Amino acid sequence: MRRAWWVIALPYAWLAVFFALPFLLVAKLSLSHTVLAMPPYAPQLDGSKGLAGVGAFVHALNLDTYVRLTRDRLYIVAYLSSLRFAAIATAILLAIGYPIAYGMSRFGPGARQALLMAVILPFWTSFLIRIYAWIAILKPAGFLNQALAVLHIAPLSLLNTDAAVVIGLVYAYLPFMVLPLYAVLERQDESLIEAAQDLGCTPLQAFWRVTFPLSWPGVAAGALLCFIPMVGEFVIPDLLGGSDTLMLGRIIWTEFFADRDWPAASAVAIVLLGTLLIPIALFQRQQAPLLERPGTPP
Amino acid sequence: MSGAPLVRFEGVTKRYGALTAVDGVSLDIAEGEFFALLGPSGCGKTTLMRMLAGFTRPDAGRILLNGADIAGLPPHRRPSSMMFQTYALFPHLSVEKNIGFGLKQQGWDKARAAARVEEMLALVRLEGLNVRKPGQLSGGQAQRVALARALAPGPAILLLDEPLAALDRKLREETQLELKSIQRRLGVTFMIVTHDQDEAMVVADRIAVMKDGKIAQVGPPREVYERPASRYVAEFLGEANIFPATPVGGAGWTLVRPERMTLSAAATPGALAGEVAEIAYFGDRTRYVVRRSEGRPLLVSRANDGAPPPLAVGDRAWVSFAPEAAVALPA
Repeated sequence: MRRAWWVIALPYAWLAVFFALPFLLVAKLSLSHTVLAMPPYAPQLDGSKGLAGVGAFVHALNLDTYVRLTRDRLYIVAYLSSLRFAAIATAILLAIGYPIAYGMSRFGPGARQALLMAVILPFWTSFLIRIYAWIAILKPAGFLNQALAVLHIAPLSLLNTDAAVVIGLVYAYLPFMVLPLYAVLERQDESLIEAAQDLGCTPLQAFWRVTFPLSWPGVAAGALLCFIPMVGEFVIPDLLGGSDTLMLGRIIWTEFFADRDWPAASAVAIVLLGTLLIPIALFQRQQAPLLERPGTPP
Repeated sequence: MSGAPLVRFEGVTKRYGALTAVDGVSLDIAEGEFFALLGPSGCGKTTLMRMLAGFTRPDAGRILLNGADIAGLPPHRRPSSMMFQTYALFPHLSVEKNIGFGLKQQGWDKARAAARVEEMLALVRLEGLNVRKPGQLSGGQAQRVALARALAPGPAILLLDEPLAALDRKLREETQLELKSIQRRLGVTFMIVTHDQDEAMVVADRIAVMKDGKIAQVGPPREVYERPASRYVAEFLGEANIFPATPVGGAGWTLVRPERMTLSAAATPGALAGEVAEIAYFGDRTRYVVRRSEGRPLLVSRANDGAPPPLAVGDRAWVSFAPEAAVALPA
């Protein structure tokens, strides 16, 4: 029994130390206000004054920063813009990732391993280098425009635009969309498709009536796995986007390092996290019944 | 059989690389018949059925349905329905949506389709389980839903691929009788693939015994069991005593079924002498294995009619059979 106890305790301790604690620190920061000092926020918890110190500390915390966020159009626009970027990129990822995953799942076991490796292979190169490579591709005299010139097509100026950000997001997150989709499609029972065809479905109808609905958990997992980090993405908009590309990751960075407004940066981060909890909760609730396997014999 | 057959296989062949799974099979199946394809695993029976359903294409030969070649028809345009060995119920759909799947595909209007679903649920005695998901069904219930789903669109022929293999013995035996009664009531042609000889004999009007991609014999259960065409068929269906040479001394074999043998504790003229080596009690009958000084041990089956067991293991025994019990088999 003792062993069972610490097996459960370990992941919870991990969550407490690496998620709950930092989260509480950021939440506390978001309730503070800025001061010209080091560190640049107040109040500070004064342990020497005992309970009175804690009381004074709690008393000095307030929601002013959040009120400030709602009054400043920049934050609202950046917030909506981030959601838009993530939504567009997620839609494109689904449109590209689903056929890739579906195609992979139709191959024999040997070819599947090779294809799976090909999907994972880009991870072996640094993320930063791969995004820099896109600068070389998209810049005015870059590889893309050189290729277009050969085909006698007018050059495109993509670098430092929203389109470049979407391209970068789609490129960087594609494996996170393909892998969960592949996982559900690969284990799908072939006889279900045969049964659908036997009952009058063309192959396309069988896909829409059976394959696609059964792959829904993979669609949801892939979409969330991409959407959530993309909303807060910093590197891709910073390197590929223009000066007017507004995304929350950049706002948080600017507040922390340029404006030294730690409470505002923390509040933005908390609001972001709060919003993302909604789709996660919905997903968890939906996934349980969908993943239930039928009581069919082998 | 009278009139044109519903299904006709003509020299149908299917090869997988060097292996010939189905080898020049010709076979007629009549309208309204319950037909069984019987054979050990790997004999080609499932491949033959899948070619009729359209999932596998023959390399040679023709398959005719009501006289028309169906080679060019994909599975969704064939009027056959298949019940899969794994049932292949759609896990994301309720029982009624599973059963109504083919109806929706055929464009039945909602009220008519709903009535048909209820009719099918009543047929397989699953009324009230409409909104259950396949994951919430027992194995026997899932099997019935699969049957109802395959029958709902009114197929010209129902193909059953080892439909009862996953059920336990008692449920399997009950379901065999039920399948037969459903088939008789609906008058739909059934074709079952099975490796279970008892199952084939219980349900089918006619049995095709297969071996290595070929048909070894086709006929009603009684004929196939009592007048097998070859030693293979004799030994595949039930228990058999095989003696060298035909009853008249020609080249070939003689078959005597164990239940046609008579066992005696006293020496009888012309009987085969031996010693009881094993006794197996089956409830309704008892099987004796009598070992002789030479040749294969003899199997004797005695109905348990209330008389005390005549012999014990180790006793001397004499085995005899009537001349009409001996069946000649070709070499």
